[in-house]
Amino acid sequence: MSSRIFGSGIRRREDPRLITGSAAYTHDVTLPGMAHAAMLRSSHAHARITRIDTRKARDAAGVLAVYTGADVEGALQPMPCAWLLPDSELKVAPYPCIAKDVVRYTGDVVAAVVAESAAQAEDARALIEVDYEPLPAVIDPEAAARPDAPKLHDKDVNGEEVPGNQAFHWVVAGGGDVDAAFAEAEADGVVVRERIRQQRLIPNAMEPRGAVAQYNRATGELTLWNTTQNPHIVRFLCSVVTGVPEDRLRVIAPEVGGGFGSKIAAYPADFVTVFCSKQLGRPVKWIETRSENYQATTHGRDHVQDVELAATKDGKITGLRCTVHAGMGAYLSTAAPGIPTILHGLMLSGCYTIPALKEDVYGVYTNGVPVEAYRGAGRPEATFMLERVIDMLAHELDMDPADVRRKNFIPKFDDGHEVVTTLNYDSGDYPGALDKLLEHTGYAALREKQKAGPSNGRRMGLGLSSYVEICGLGPSQVAGAIGFQGGLWESAIVRFHPTGKVHVFIGASPHGQGEETTFAQIVADEIGVDAGDVKIFHGDTDSTPMGWGTYGSRTTAVGGAALALAVRKIRDKAKVLAAHLLEASAEDMDYADGKFFVKGSPDKAKTIQDVALMANVAWNLPEGMEAGLEATTFYDPPNFVFPYGAHLAVVEVDTNTGHVELTGYTALDDCGPQINPVIVEGQVHGGIVQGVGQALWEGAAYDENGQLLTGSMLDYALPRADGLPELDIISTVTRSPHHPLGVKGIGEAGTIASTAAVYNAVMDALKPLGVKRVDMPFTPERVWRAIQEAKGS
Amino acid sequence: MFAADFEYYRAGSVAEAGRLLAAHPGAKILAGGHSLIPLLKLRLAEPPAVVDVGRIAELRGVSADDDGGLHIGALTTHAEIAASEAVRAHAAALAEAAGLIGDPAVRNRGTIGGNVAHADPASDLPPVLAALGATLDMSGPDGERSVAAADFFTGMMTTSLGGGELLTSIRVPSAEGRGGAYVKFSHPASRYAVIGVAVSLGVGTTGGGWMARIKGEQKETVCTDAAVAVGGLVPKPLRCGAVEAALRERPPTAETFAAAAAAVGEDLGGDLLGDVYASAEYRKAVAPVYVRRALEAAAGRAAG
Repeated sequence: MSSRIFGSGIRRREDPRLITGSAAYTHDVTLPGMAHAAMLRSSHAHARITRIDTRKARDAAGVLAVYTGADVEGALQPMPCAWLLPDSELKVAPYPCIAKDVVRYTGDVVAAVVAESAAQAEDARALIEVDYEPLPAVIDPEAAARPDAPKLHDKDVNGEEVPGNQAFHWVVAGGGDVDAAFAEAEADGVVVRERIRQQRLIPNAMEPRGAVAQYNRATGELTLWNTTQNPHIVRFLCSVVTGVPEDRLRVIAPEVGGGFGSKIAAYPADFVTVFCSKQLGRPVKWIETRSENYQATTHGRDHVQDVELAATKDGKITGLRCTVHAGMGAYLSTAAPGIPTILHGLMLSGCYTIPALKEDVYGVYTNGVPVEAYRGAGRPEATFMLERVIDMLAHELDMDPADVRRKNFIPKFDDGHEVVTTLNYDSGDYPGALDKLLEHTGYAALREKQKAGPSNGRRMGLGLSSYVEICGLGPSQVAGAIGFQGGLWESAIVRFHPTGKVHVFIGASPHGQGEETTFAQIVADEIGVDAGDVKIFHGDTDSTPMGWGTYGSRTTAVGGAALALAVRKIRDKAKVLAAHLLEASAEDMDYADGKFFVKGSPDKAKTIQDVALMANVAWNLPEGMEAGLEATTFYDPPNFVFPYGAHLAVVEVDTNTGHVELTGYTALDDCGPQINPVIVEGQVHGGIVQGVGQALWEGAAYDENGQLLTGSMLDYALPRADGLPELDIISTVTRSPHHPLGVKGIGEAGTIASTAAVYNAVMDALKPLGVKRVDMPFTPERVWRAIQEAKGS
Repeated sequence: MFAADFEYYRAGSVAEAGRLLAAHPGAKILAGGHSLIPLLKLRLAEPPAVVDVGRIAELRGVSADDDGGLHIGALTTHAEIAASEAVRAHAAALAEAAGLIGDPAVRNRGTIGGNVAHADPASDLPPVLAALGATLDMSGPDGERSVAAADFFTGMMTTSLGGGELLTSIRVPSAEGRGGAYVKFSHPASRYAVIGVAVSLGVGTTGGGWMARIKGEQKETVCTDAAVAVGGLVPKPLRCGAVEAALRERPPTAETFAAAAAAVGEDLGGDLLGDVYASAEYRKAVAPVYVRRALEAAAGRAAG
């Protein structure tokens, strides 16, 4: 074969329907007799509900019903938390689908209105009268942990108190005595300390959230169309909350317009929509607005991090000690406890040999929107912490940041390296990645250019970020050990039709990542069919086998492995059948490019299509062989995969105004062999831009009463093309030793690396002015003020 | 996100629009919809009726007026203004500002009339019209009248448009030969102006008075006259008299522009806008930077 389909940058098959507007999202689902729901959300961040009067709303035109917390009590169970972090004094607070007595953030559902039209539902919603007795609110996670902070929850689900609003306290400690390492560094070495605020981010998937519930009273069956990253998990959680048995519950994730983590969680409004459909015996649609999305769909990050790094005077790291206050919002969202802990703390060794480390993470309830995974989920926050203090160490020692990294990198390894957090990295060459990046970008020349300096009050800065991340989640035994209330395997069914066309049914649920294309490439590469002959089915719990969802850059890594192994099973069977047809022994058979032939006689071959036809008609099968050509695989990965890379950001800061311009960006990423390099590049582009967004533009702001100030796209600044330079994307290829295809994952890498790279670049530019720290995002005013303050001191 | 119920009327002519507005007190005028529709959907505005003037052909387009200036129909879109050769030649700052509004979708639908009638203090066009000395033409129950841009904007989101009056056109005297520029500090989310500076600058030669001319001494290049207005900083567009005075008869040099720009603080006074993104203190501190940049850009384009 002249060229392999694996590694070919063919066009995404998803794009024609997405670009031409023919894709069908949840909002496009329209059913006969469908009614429309609107959620009334709390207007207070924290308040006691003293009275609700729904009479006027019930009497309004077109209104079918109005439900309050009292109506759903007993019928809807509290929202479950599905990541029960062990050994962490976890306190799961009751999370009602509709708040009854107390509201705890401005997105809490207070009532639901169902009407004949969405407009009527919205009109009637305005007629619901609610009296609130306001309570003091707290948004900052550190403030919420103080003894005098407003108390959010009286008791957790087990009836225990929740002192200090503390949802959990989780510790990771590994290696030697970290306190001794710091004592030694204080005496005869260097210690750098930093306080970092990972501000709250609003995920902003292009498609807001929504649900359509169709309950059939005659059969007791429920179909739920839901914009989710994991329909199978939603089915399970929906069953728990609504009481509809799993066997009668079908969840369909139609086209899903992005998620970035915000569509992992199950949401109260979805199950309230189910409740409405059950009550009324009619299909009910609920679609949130963009403002509602900002108010009630999970946010990301929200850490206050206190980080200390100990090192010798020649720049060798001896210890890392950190305390993180992670804002969880008003309730624990589905997977929330695992994000600032497992996905954060376990990655604190980064690309480096760190002999001793300890981190305390305090998960704290606040009056903000619940916080969940957001692209990178814990790893960007870990990478940032490390990469920032390493740059500070370089500054302190007057070393180049690249040299400090080199001094501490884990040396190249290709089959396992255990770090002090218990993780066993699969393969990596961190020094090699940085060296290649520096060479490619002409780093030394850039440093010279920086010294010469731009004019007109502009200052240039360079920022590095070396990262390793954990994805391909993960071994189910580990999932159990870390309290994840599910498995983390994936499954695939591959079915050959008589004409050699292939249907793949997969449990994973791609929602923009292009895996319909990459999965077809995997099948084509493994068994020699045309990629165009492979159709991928996903997102419907009735037609696809179980899968744990698309997040954590796991779908190609885990789902793709399941698929490849299923195709290999088919290849094995096909080989036996082909041997039978060629009247040869299976041991004598060879396979290449979709053809089975006796070794040495490639011109006398049976194609996979020949074999598929015979397997399906079954006229002439070897004795004992089952008809059909179909295989199912459940793949539970033996380990995680660990993509890595090094990024360089170049900025210019206008010291007159504080404006930061990102003038150059180069990313080197190693995600193992690339199935489709165009898709990989697209993922890297999007990832980088979201990380740059955190550094330069994005941040959810609340006022002192817990009202969201950045409540719309007029106030919350998202990245735009005109604020970005041409992104220079390069890569290396290091196989994962334990993965059937050697592949790792690339969905989040850009975000994990880029925030720190841009931050370090800006601080590098400001360093000569004496600026020590600035909170993200780098708004012009913040940068300008930091410059003024440095001038003054 | 649905608007409250309202009655919808489409006007086919200015006269019909006048009749509809008279018949429906409290009605809102709909042109490109880029300010009104969000207000309706957020239910910040719940008018009993909306009069759609968007298809009145006579209100659309750029033409020359009798005095060699520009006549711009109120329904002319930002994109049309930005692309208009006539606007670029006669009112460069206006073309530049129109091209910096929002994004392409906004510029393709949003109209100059709707923009100025809405009078958002962070809007780009009001300071430009103030700097260019534009005149706004209105049609209402008492007939037609015209108002200078400086008098049209009366405060934050308020204008001298009366109830039932329709803004029909904007006339801009030709600034051909003068250097025009609009420099903007965009809010990264809304793209409205945190600071917007419009400049129309004449550069010419002058001697040191008649005595110098008799002696045949070399003529000097100077800023003959300057019009500078800012937006975003204050509740309504502000002509910057102190900046203008500091330019007059001074050579168009970096020193002149820096000194003139520094004078913007006097013009701004104490009533500055501020928000969570950019405080009043910060805006005031960096405003001279943007004024200076606008002056430099305008000087570079002046024919002098």
